[in-house]
This record gives sequence, C-alpha cells and structure tokens, in this order.
Amino acid sequence: MNPTADSLRATFGDAIGRAAPARDGTTVVVVAAARLAEIMRWLKDTPGQRYDYLVDVTAVEYRDKERPLEVVYQLRALERRDNLRVKVELDPQGELAVDSVTSLWAGADWLEREVFDMFGVVFAGHPDLRRILMWETYAEGYPLRKDFPLRGRFSRAEQVRQALNLNPEANYSMEELSIAESFDELPADLRERLRRGERSKIPGSE
Amino acid sequence: MSKRVVEMAVATPGVDAQGRPSRVPLGAAAEEGDFGRDHLLVNLGPQHPATHGVLRLVVELDGETVVRVIPHVGYLHSGFEKLGEYRHYNQIIPLTDRTDYLSPMANNVALALAAEQLMGIEITPRCTVLRVIACEMSRIISHMVWLGTTAIDLGAFTPFLWAFQQRELIYNLQEMWTGARLTTSLTRVGGLMADIPDGFVEGLREFTRTFPDTLGEIDRVLTRNAIWAGRTQGVGVLTAEEAINYSLSGPMLRASGVPWDMRKDQPYLDYETYDFEVPVGEHGDVYDRYLVRLEECHQSNRILVQALDRLPDGPINVSDPRVILPSKSRAMSDMEAMIFHFKQVMEGVKAPVGEVYLGVENPKGELGTYFVSDGTAKPVRWRIRPPAFINLASISKMAEGHLLSDLIAINASVDIVMGEVDR
Repeated sequence: MNPTADSLRATFGDAIGRAAPARDGTTVVVVAAARLAEIMRWLKDTPGQRYDYLVDVTAVEYRDKERPLEVVYQLRALERRDNLRVKVELDPQGELAVDSVTSLWAGADWLEREVFDMFGVVFAGHPDLRRILMWETYAEGYPLRKDFPLRGRFSRAEQVRQALNLNPEANYSMEELSIAESFDELPADLRERLRRGERSKIPGSE
Repeated sequence: MSKRVVEMAVATPGVDAQGRPSRVPLGAAAEEGDFGRDHLLVNLGPQHPATHGVLRLVVELDGETVVRVIPHVGYLHSGFEKLGEYRHYNQIIPLTDRTDYLSPMANNVALALAAEQLMGIEITPRCTVLRVIACEMSRIISHMVWLGTTAIDLGAFTPFLWAFQQRELIYNLQEMWTGARLTTSLTRVGGLMADIPDGFVEGLREFTRTFPDTLGEIDRVLTRNAIWAGRTQGVGVLTAEEAINYSLSGPMLRASGVPWDMRKDQPYLDYETYDFEVPVGEHGDVYDRYLVRLEECHQSNRILVQALDRLPDGPINVSDPRVILPSKSRAMSDMEAMIFHFKQVMEGVKAPVGEVYLGVENPKGELGTYFVSDGTAKPVRWRIRPPAFINLASISKMAEGHLLSDLIAINASVDIVMGEVDR
C-alpha cells in the first residue's frame, strides 16, 4: 500500500477514512468532504508527497441505493511515478457539495464542470460552474445519476417540442454579451427577451 | 530530441530580426477614438472547417487581438458512459470506436486492457504484440490527420495530400485486419476479434520501409519553412509548470518539456522491452508540438518494425471458455461449448467487485479507462479520461494575447477530436 495513506492518517487523523489498494494496485483513500481542500493542498505541496498532477476528477454512483455517491480524484506524483486515488463520499439523497480544487490544479476546471453537469455535484469555490456537455437550458436533470432513465426523462415528443421552441437567435449568453458591451446594439425584441431571462429557460416549459 | 536550428533567409511576420517570435502584448492599450474602443465578439464554429469538428469558440477581440476565448463543447455528446452501464464489457468495445474516431484501434486496446486488469486475465504473447502493432498504427494515422489538417489551416496544402496518402495505406491494412476502416472493434476481453490475415505482415513491412521517406518530405517542406515557422514559433506557449497544472498529456505535455510518456513511465503491453525514444520539446509552442508529433511518427515506425520482428506464433485468445466465445463449429456440435456460448451471450462475463484505472498513451494523450464493478457483468461506472477534452481546456490560457489567426494555429495544435471531447 502507498505510504502516503499512513502519512495522511498521521497528519489528519479522523478525517481519513478507510484506505486500501484497489484491483489495479493504486491505493484508494477516503477522506472527509469537509477537509478535502486542506488535504489536497497538503498532498500537492508537502515535500515527499508532491502529487503535482491531477489525472482525473469523476464521480461514481452505485446501483445499491444505500451506498454513498463518491467523487473520485486520480492523483499522480510525476517525479516518483506514483498514483493515489482520493475519494469523498456524499449522501445521494442529501446536498451534493464539495470544495473545488481549481485553485490547486487549473486542469480541474472542466473536469469539475463535467461532474456537476453529469451528477449535480456542486463544487464550492469553482470560478465558473456551468453545464459543459449538456446545453445551458437542459432541464432533465443529471444524466449519469442512477435514477436517470437511459432514454432520458422527457418523451421524444416533449424533446422535439422543446427543441423547436429554442431561441436560435440568442447566440451569445448574457455573460458573453456584457463582455463585448454590445448588448445595446441587439434588436429590440431580442434585447427584451434576454432581459426577461428567456435565454436560460425554455419558452412554454412552465 | 536534439534542438533543431531553424534558419530563415527573409524576415517573416511573427519573427523579429533575431529570430525571436514577436508577440502582441496581452491587453494592449486601446487607442482613443472611434476605432478600437469597443471589444468585438466573434463566433467561431460550431460549423467551421478550422475548428476540427463541432467546436464553438466565442472570441472576444480587441482589434485583432484575442482578449478572451469562451469554448462551448458538447455538440457531439452521445452519452457513451451512460450507455456503457447498460452493456457487457465486450459490448462496450464498439462504443470506444466512436470516441476518438481517428485512432479507433488504440481505444479498443485501452478498454480491453482495463477490463482484463479488472478480471485478472493475462493475455497471450501474440496478442500482446499484435495490440502494440494496433496502437502504433493508430498513432501514425492520428498524427497524419493532425499534420495534414493543421498544415491546411496554416495554408500549406501539399503536406495534407502526402499525409493522407500514408494514412490511406494504414487504413487499407486496418481494413484487411478488421474489415472496417473506422469502426474497427478490434479487441475482445482476453484477446482479439481476429488474427492478422495472410499478407498483412508483408504489407506492414512495406509500409514501414517507405513511410520514413514521406516523413522526410514533410520535414523538408515544413520544418525550415519560413511561413510555417513564423506562424507557429512562440505561439500558444505553455511552460512545463503550466502544462502539468492544466493536466495536459501526450504531445502537448511533452512539447512543454515534461518527459512523461505512459509507455515509458507506467508501461503496459511490454512497451518497456521496445527500443524507442520519447521526443520532448523545449519551448512548449505550436512549433514544438509539431516537432514532437513528427518525431513520434518516426518512433512509432521503429516500434512497428521491432514488433513485426518479434511477432510470435500461437493463439491470440486466452484459453478460458468463460471469457472467450467458442468457435461456431464447436458451439453447434459440442454441448459444453454451446452452454459456454449461451452463458456468455446471455449473461456476459462477470467481473469481480472492485475498480481499476488504467491509463494508456493514445495519440492525443493519456486515455484513461476507469471501471467500477459490483460483481455483475455490466460495469457500475465506466469513465473515459478524455485526453482531448482536458487538453482543450487550456485553449483560453494559450490564446490570450495572440492574434485571431494564431488562435487557429493554437486550436489545431491541441489535436482535438470532438467525438472524444464530447463523448
């Protein structure tokens, strides 16, 4: 087993849950969600640990409803060629929230957005937590959750209706328009629709 | 890789008299007056030939200088990971064809290796070598597509034709082996879909003999080309620290000077027994990414030659009737074989409880496969670590402060394939 697990336990005590090697030999350490940011910073910056490379961030929900949802961080120490898998367990019925690690690894930006998009996990402190693979008006929920049916929540007819109701003129988000300070130059009707916030919801969906 | 000195006879745009790339300063002060005061939003894509697929970039411009890039991805999202949770391990293999569709065979190998590690299966020596051949063939065709399309983006048409001609030769071999040019579905858990056909070895040998000539031609027409160097040197620079911090992998990481290659550093498929070099760049710009990929083609060619030389005889599949389907004739005539056939097709191969993450060095970077199993024949979670997606995330950082035309070069240098970015 990776000696980092013991060092973690010595430093953080109760915040470290079970630790065991997985089938691929990589040690999996479960840590308390409340102290994740602190633990990750320690793993990245402590001499002798130096997990400087974030390989992946993802989440796992089990078919067994009793089991917690896990947010999984694959870490790598490039110089020592060592891998570590850090997991945070969250209650799928409760609030899915965990600290963002974007301040440590810039690469976590899109990875955390994807986990948010697919599982609904909110990363506190993420600079720009928006949907990434699904579009911004997507209203069916979080596709990779186990309670999400394979064919989607809405019927094909409802999906077609929503697609036809989309506002294809709204090419840019409000954020993008305010960047360019070009909001005032838009046609009056589009400006009005954007002001009413129609960009972010589907017309006729309520 | 030794540093290559590029000499240019004439001064070119983008390079000053000392040969240093001239860059537009970040956030150049806007001129007072009617012009240059407002920032302009330009929409690039999703239907645009230079975005290499359905990538949409919203670009904020100050004059011609890029101030900010806001990428929008997901137009090709197909929910592969969700689909995988409803399929047996072997049934997932066709989905991997469609992720990075420029190197399907390498994706097939990645998935099979992860599933085998999960189930504790040791593949046969012949299968190991054939999989190396599949991976390196994929690397060559993927890099050839990258080289050709990037050269077109930057205004060079001829290398595109040369590169695609070579890719066609590999595609013919791929078609010979798997029956398909794109949807190869080459591997099975525990082996391969088929052994190589007669004439394949000779065909691939002939390819490895002539391929370096084409690489030499491309090298001659691009590497010391003043326009090519002027448009790529000093553009989209990422330092080694930045590249690591952005979790880049593959040629993007190595061009920034980080000598990390999964084949060398965490070997799989006995890559440690092959003699090859890992090219590493110095400056982390678009030009170095080009040099790294070009040299990787040479190294892949070397690996192919060694693999052909050592290709052992023997079976391609493990002899485990629980994992590998019996032959059709046996399934139709032998009761026991028929039962194994039935159980595999109806129930699938059960994996033990546990999880594995396996990263392999794909042409785009580190392709990771993360399986979580609860003991049934279908994974609880199949996660693809998509190298193109993670590499693309750094585009805003790379493009800031460059000209709009440089954004095209930077975007091309990432080597994205939207099937994998969006999955």
